[in-house]
Amino acid sequence: MKRISRPGRWLIILPPLLFLTVFFLIPFAVALKISFAETAARVPPFTEILAFTPDHHLHLSLSFANYKYLFTDEVYGIAYLYSLRTAFFSTLICLSLGYPMAYAISRTSRSVQSLLLFVIILPFWTSFLLRVYALEGIIRDNGLLNTLLLHFGLIQHPIHIMRTSLAVYLGIIYSYLPFMVLPLFATLEKLDHTLREAAADLGSPPWRVFTEVTLPLSMPGVIAGSMLVFIPAVGEFVIPSLLGGPDTLMIGRVLWDEFFGNHDWPVASAVAIAFLVLLVGPIAIYQYYNARQLEA
Amino acid sequence: MENHKSPLLFGVLFFGIAILYLPILVLIVFSFNASSLVNVWGGFSTAWYGQLLHNRQVLEAALLSVEVGFVASTGAVVMGTLAAIALIRFSRFRGRLLLTGMVNAPLVMPEIITGITQLLLFVSMLQLLSWPHRGFTTIVIAHVAFCMAYVTVTVQSRLQSADRSLEEAAMDLGASPARAFIDITLPIIAPALLSSWLLSFTLSLDDLVISSFVSGPGAGTLPMVIYSKVKLGVSPDINALASLIICAVGLCVILAGVVMRRSERRRVLELQAAER
Repeated sequence: MKRISRPGRWLIILPPLLFLTVFFLIPFAVALKISFAETAARVPPFTEILAFTPDHHLHLSLSFANYKYLFTDEVYGIAYLYSLRTAFFSTLICLSLGYPMAYAISRTSRSVQSLLLFVIILPFWTSFLLRVYALEGIIRDNGLLNTLLLHFGLIQHPIHIMRTSLAVYLGIIYSYLPFMVLPLFATLEKLDHTLREAAADLGSPPWRVFTEVTLPLSMPGVIAGSMLVFIPAVGEFVIPSLLGGPDTLMIGRVLWDEFFGNHDWPVASAVAIAFLVLLVGPIAIYQYYNARQLEA
Repeated sequence: MENHKSPLLFGVLFFGIAILYLPILVLIVFSFNASSLVNVWGGFSTAWYGQLLHNRQVLEAALLSVEVGFVASTGAVVMGTLAAIALIRFSRFRGRLLLTGMVNAPLVMPEIITGITQLLLFVSMLQLLSWPHRGFTTIVIAHVAFCMAYVTVTVQSRLQSADRSLEEAAMDLGASPARAFIDITLPIIAPALLSSWLLSFTLSLDDLVISSFVSGPGAGTLPMVIYSKVKLGVSPDINALASLIICAVGLCVILAGVVMRRSERRRVLELQAAER
């Protein structure tokens, strides 16, 4: 659109740019500001960090107490490590289940491919909360899984899954599997089949063709899929809240409780900011691989 | 794994698909259970659906969710399309990198972080500007911000594959850029707009975490009501409600998929016709 005049261009660019700046970017600045405030018994429940003193001097009072608190109260450390561990192993399981799925889809004809992809995407768009709730119907003590296992005499007593870490793992895998399959499929589909055939012709056994040709070439998909599962899983709230027990302290749940339970907004802001900083690394890596994939 | 049609490979695929669908199917089947015990089948009944019609809390929440969904997805389509046009058609402008980042960030940002930060913004704005009061407005704004990302991605890929020469031909023949956009580009991207509207609607209808933070006292969306009911335990009327929502959302998504597929097929046919 070369012929659009400069002011005309800004009519298109400015609305989304301003909207996202005000309602997506600035909120982080506000959270950063409040993370340096102190809790106060007023509405909203925190002190102002910038204030005029009686003699009209602008006074800036930054409190690092919230951040210090994060490092001294071990709940946050435990919750953060627990979230990372849970997200890491769930991502690994999603990958080992999702890779063969994506691979199988990439081996079908084009019309079957689009149908199968749609079947995978459909649950992803279907209510997240309700799917987690539906999972409870399968894994609770008198749910489908235990009923079937008892019926066939495979177990004598119901397996207790609800309110354990296992339930949280199952919940994350069940909810995020489509996120893993889609990017994996995208890279596997674009893969040059002649390279695999060449390796096979030169005498490589199938497993070596896989480990030395297919897997390395599909790495962008592996990384993209893993990031799409790992990042939201670290911050997951609904799954640990509905399926986990009192000991499944994930960071999203701690944040929620700090906010709605303790009404400690400054500490919650500090947790959010610390969490964000610790997440920026993975997101940057993801964006880097994404950009490289687009160039290729 | 290099065998062409390894049965093991397809076994895993169907196992994965079964995992994705089984819980939903069980939920829907048990929503027609006459027994109020959640694990005993007491015969077919639609009583739980009937009961929903008399639950005022659920009906009010459903109405609010649908209203928010309509306004938010319309806003998201407008904003997201503008962002897509800016990113695809203008290769260089101030703030391009910023816009790219802000459009994509909500896709990976944990909802709980977005929710907390947006609430803090709304509270601070209310203090300074006496606007917005938490409730309908703030939920809509928050939903537009995260639904936009999906709209932009969808419309971007459609714009990228659209034939620019048609638009240029229209402008050569004297159409203004706005005219060319309305007559040429808009029909081309219309299927993408419709399907991303439907997807935004489902995302908005579905959101619990962000809505919980930015809504005010008294303004509870449907997922918020369901969440508080689920926290109290499994009950057959939630099964009925959940089945209804899942079917409605599933229908929206299938419709969006069909719209995209049909327009894609028509485009291929037109291309073939043009080549002949």
